[in-house]
Amino acid sequence: MLRVIWTGFVMNVKTLSVSSWFVLMAVMQPVIFATIAFYMFKAGGQEGTLLYAALGAGMMGIWSSVLFGSGGMIQWQRWQGTLELGVASPPSLTLLYLPFALSNSFVGAYALVATLLWGRLFFDVPLHFVHPWNFALAVPVTVLSLALMGLLMASTFILYRHANALSNLLEYPIWVLSGLLFSISLLPAWTHPVSYVLPPYWGIQSIRHAALGGPVWAPLAMTVLLGALCLAGAWAAFSWFERLSRDRATLSLT
Amino acid sequence: MTRAVGRVRTVAVIEAIDLRRTYKTTTGVLRRRPLEVEAVRGISFAVERGELFGLLGPNGAGKTTTIKMLITLLLPTSGEARVLGLDVVHQAREVRRKIGYVFGGDRGLYERLSALDNLRYFAELYGVSGREGRHRIDEVLELVGLQGREKERVEGYSRGMRQRLHIARGILHDPEVVFLDEPTIGVDPVGARGLRQTIGELVRAGKTVLLTTHYMFEADTLCDRIAVIAQGEIVGAGTPAELKSRVADGTVTEIEVFGVDEPAVARLRALDGVTSVAVEEQEQKQLLVVQTSGERELTHALLGQLDGLTLGRVTSREPTLEDAYVALVTAGDGMSRVA
Repeated sequence: MLRVIWTGFVMNVKTLSVSSWFVLMAVMQPVIFATIAFYMFKAGGQEGTLLYAALGAGMMGIWSSVLFGSGGMIQWQRWQGTLELGVASPPSLTLLYLPFALSNSFVGAYALVATLLWGRLFFDVPLHFVHPWNFALAVPVTVLSLALMGLLMASTFILYRHANALSNLLEYPIWVLSGLLFSISLLPAWTHPVSYVLPPYWGIQSIRHAALGGPVWAPLAMTVLLGALCLAGAWAAFSWFERLSRDRATLSLT
Repeated sequence: MTRAVGRVRTVAVIEAIDLRRTYKTTTGVLRRRPLEVEAVRGISFAVERGELFGLLGPNGAGKTTTIKMLITLLLPTSGEARVLGLDVVHQAREVRRKIGYVFGGDRGLYERLSALDNLRYFAELYGVSGREGRHRIDEVLELVGLQGREKERVEGYSRGMRQRLHIARGILHDPEVVFLDEPTIGVDPVGARGLRQTIGELVRAGKTVLLTTHYMFEADTLCDRIAVIAQGEIVGAGTPAELKSRVADGTVTEIEVFGVDEPAVARLRALDGVTSVAVEEQEQKQLLVVQTSGERELTHALLGQLDGLTLGRVTSREPTLEDAYVALVTAGDGMSRVA
């Protein structure tokens, strides 16, 4: 099982790395996000929270990579005719697509690194972390949790051929609802329950608290729990949607 | 399904029993209406161990739908199918471990990766990893003649090379049963000949092969037995020799004609002794392929039904497997046109 995950992970990273469009997006997008975020916070007279902005902008980049990758991975495989080959191979669809989701998310983690370096070099963002070891733990756990959220979303694309178009609409709402750039306390109260079930909301809490001070373990535990729920949901959804797609003939383009 | 062959009773490796598949779709833009298309209408056949069985039929006949049900990508609407005794609906995962499948055409490969990366990935999916995997990859690359090109990206491959890579991927885990869906489609004649040799080697290696094709020559050369499928039903089955013998006592008359219409074809079809009429569109003209049974000379009678139309060349010849196939797929058809 680990070999399948590792081979799929490496294969997807190779595929992404030869896509000039993806590389351009991956390199440019975090820098753009970070620059906008820094100027927003400067304009608001909150220069002391530039690290807060850098972390949020980095997470925005990770989420974009997860969304783009998860939305595209099933659809792209359908277009190139490899979706049917995957479905007709022995591993479960969860095992088949987990490495793709993981690599999308871990490639996206570059966004966080790029944002922090960009901020340090051009905006003098201080890279002093209150709990550096907790920070080193919170980042990969959050990235993993986001990968599992991406896997859950991708499961629906097995059945619905055009669902990735809808998924693209989720980029900004998730940024806002997860409080990546500003606190969700600024949002109407009725949106808060939605934020609480989103792994990126708890993930950014744990990362920020590790970097700027505050309780780390509770939000980190929630990140792990919601990631596990996403994995369980993805497993159930893949099994169910695979059978439905064999019934409705949605695996191929024709 | 058990079949007696001489004194030995063999169990079918692939069996389809009254297999049906209906696609549900919708039509219309504002007022959507449900539409059902019956792609496969109750087909039954059995393939024995070591046999190369051909499903021969025109585009849209139901060949690919049948093969997709057998390799567990589609659920049958009704009927049963088993591969190596395993039910394709309820034991899908076990079936997947034991079969290989190859689709024709450009698609079905990770284009941005090398052939080697493609094969490594699929080797892992089928549990052929480590030293065994590397050895097996070398073996299949040699079998399909892609050694030395395996590190190139697939996007730079020709159609023939892609098709050979498809076959390498399909047999990587040394499956007992191989499904080949139009493996030579779009491949140039030299490439197609090489692929047919590879398919022949699979059978010599003891594999059971189910091949779909609409190329007569391919079916005639490769297949031990053929089932001709048209409009979702099997309209004839047997060895290539048996199928040819169905039309062996007849004659085929080919008539070039300009602007033939449906009533004229219907008049030809109604003639006593005419068994089938196919119309092949050829730019400005049409080629009528008329099959007649028995020894009677019908050329004059045929030309008499086309009175008033401009005619070109008229020839008569012995029937071939293609004629047997055309006779089978056009039987009961109103006016068959072959593009």
